[in-house]
Amino acid sequence: MTPAPGSAAADRARTTPGDDDPPREVSAVELERRAFRKRQGAASVVISIVSTLVLAVIAWLLIISTPGWARVQQQFFNLEIALASLPRVWDGFLLNLRVLAMSAVLVLLFGLLLATLRTLRGPVWLPLRALAAAYTDVFRGIPLIIVLYLVGFGIPGLQLIPVRLPTEFWGTIAITLTYSAYVSEVFRAGIEAVHPSQRHAARSLGLSHGQSMRLVVVPQAFRKVTPALMNDFVAMQKDVGLISLLGAVDAVRAAQIETAAYFNFTPYVVAALLFVLLAIPTIRLTDWYTARVRAREQIGGIV
Amino acid sequence: MTAVLRLEGVWKSFGDHDVLRGIDLEVDPGEVVALIGASGSGKSTLLRTVNLLEPIDDGRILLSDADISDPRTDVDEVRARIGVVFQQYNLFPHLTVQRNITLALRHVHRMKKAEADAAATALLERVGLVDKASAHPDRLSGGQQQRVAIARAVATSPELLLLDEVTSALDPELVGEVLDLVRDLAVDGMTIVMATHEMAFARDVADRVVFLDAGRILEQGPPAEVFGAPREERTREFLARFTA
Repeated sequence: MTPAPGSAAADRARTTPGDDDPPREVSAVELERRAFRKRQGAASVVISIVSTLVLAVIAWLLIISTPGWARVQQQFFNLEIALASLPRVWDGFLLNLRVLAMSAVLVLLFGLLLATLRTLRGPVWLPLRALAAAYTDVFRGIPLIIVLYLVGFGIPGLQLIPVRLPTEFWGTIAITLTYSAYVSEVFRAGIEAVHPSQRHAARSLGLSHGQSMRLVVVPQAFRKVTPALMNDFVAMQKDVGLISLLGAVDAVRAAQIETAAYFNFTPYVVAALLFVLLAIPTIRLTDWYTARVRAREQIGGIV
Repeated sequence: MTAVLRLEGVWKSFGDHDVLRGIDLEVDPGEVVALIGASGSGKSTLLRTVNLLEPIDDGRILLSDADISDPRTDVDEVRARIGVVFQQYNLFPHLTVQRNITLALRHVHRMKKAEADAAATALLERVGLVDKASAHPDRLSGGQQQRVAIARAVATSPELLLLDEVTSALDPELVGEVLDLVRDLAVDGMTIVMATHEMAFARDVADRVVFLDAGRILEQGPPAEVFGAPREERTREFLARFTA
């Protein structure tokens, strides 16, 4: 074996020339440019603060100057009632969180399974392919509320299972059924977006179709569709509130009960705030995660 | 001595267009065969049929005397015995350099992780990229990526290595490092079939040069003959354009 051509040492010598050169003098032109950018940067910070303040003040004045503001404030933004209703609404919200965590896991697994079934080739798989396609058509077509009613009231009526399962169980199933259909389409788009040359390379190494999917295609597809998946996840965070329709005492149902008790709508606002607080970290987490993956695997992250 | 690869009257068409028109070719163990010819002459298609990425329309392809063009062939098993390097490298962007190389070792050849890692390290030393083992492919220059792709292709000790214009996507400056590596493999006795536009390299490294024109082998022989005294008018024209 001859010494490795273009070895690491040779590369370093070529790619970073002049490591030993004395520090370079910065030209006057560049110094002037930097000073300009600095002035410009300071000015834009001041402008953005002022414009935000002006807009906020205008919005505030417009709202409190409406004739019914005092009543609305009393009915919807009553701090006393907010604090009084918070413990019960919070308890209900914990149920939403449990349903959400369970459904999220089930949706990922079932959605990925559906998407993979649709990529199977060969005549043996035709029934499974067709079934998966039909499934996504049907469950993207039916409104979630109807799925909830059919699953939540219909399946227990079959009396297949001797014990009475809690309504949140059926709620989880209904949400999983609907969201898996959406998520499987997202996965399928991701799988198709992976360039065919990647599949060629994987198959050329002797990996089977299944191995190529599992080790090469799906991991890349997953990265491509993370933002879209998180979008569906945020949508799902709110739709778990619909399990209240089956009678489960979640944040929405708890807020409804509190609203009736106090003759005041503030508990709904409390529940809304809790859902918003749940969504924000998820959205930030997605942004952070996608940026991290991009930084690790790609050059030129700023374009 | 049985041939590593034998093509017998291979035809391949895309629609009405016949890309390969009765190719006969035999490659002996340790032989380096360079396929030359204009774009569209069928070089890449020929390599793709050997790797079973394209089914052929007539003829037979034999790998170590076994007919791999038979539809009953286990294609995964055949591909595991053939290494392929693509023009665009086709490294897996979500895996590190190390994992790119160990993927087939672990999942096709069922090697233990420690063993596969040791093999990958040895290969990376050979291609001069040990310090890049934990980097992702996009962080590497084109020449470095292609060297990793070659390491990945030979990691499984294939019986046959197919190179599809491996330097066409590279800067002239980076071509050398890749060709040097191919030369090393040839010296080590690897059986290689390569489609190439690098005439000087083909002349230097190949044992035999095969000139393809419109889906047929127009002439073949030792580089000195084909480049020095081409028999066919068409070959002369082609070479004249390249050496001009």
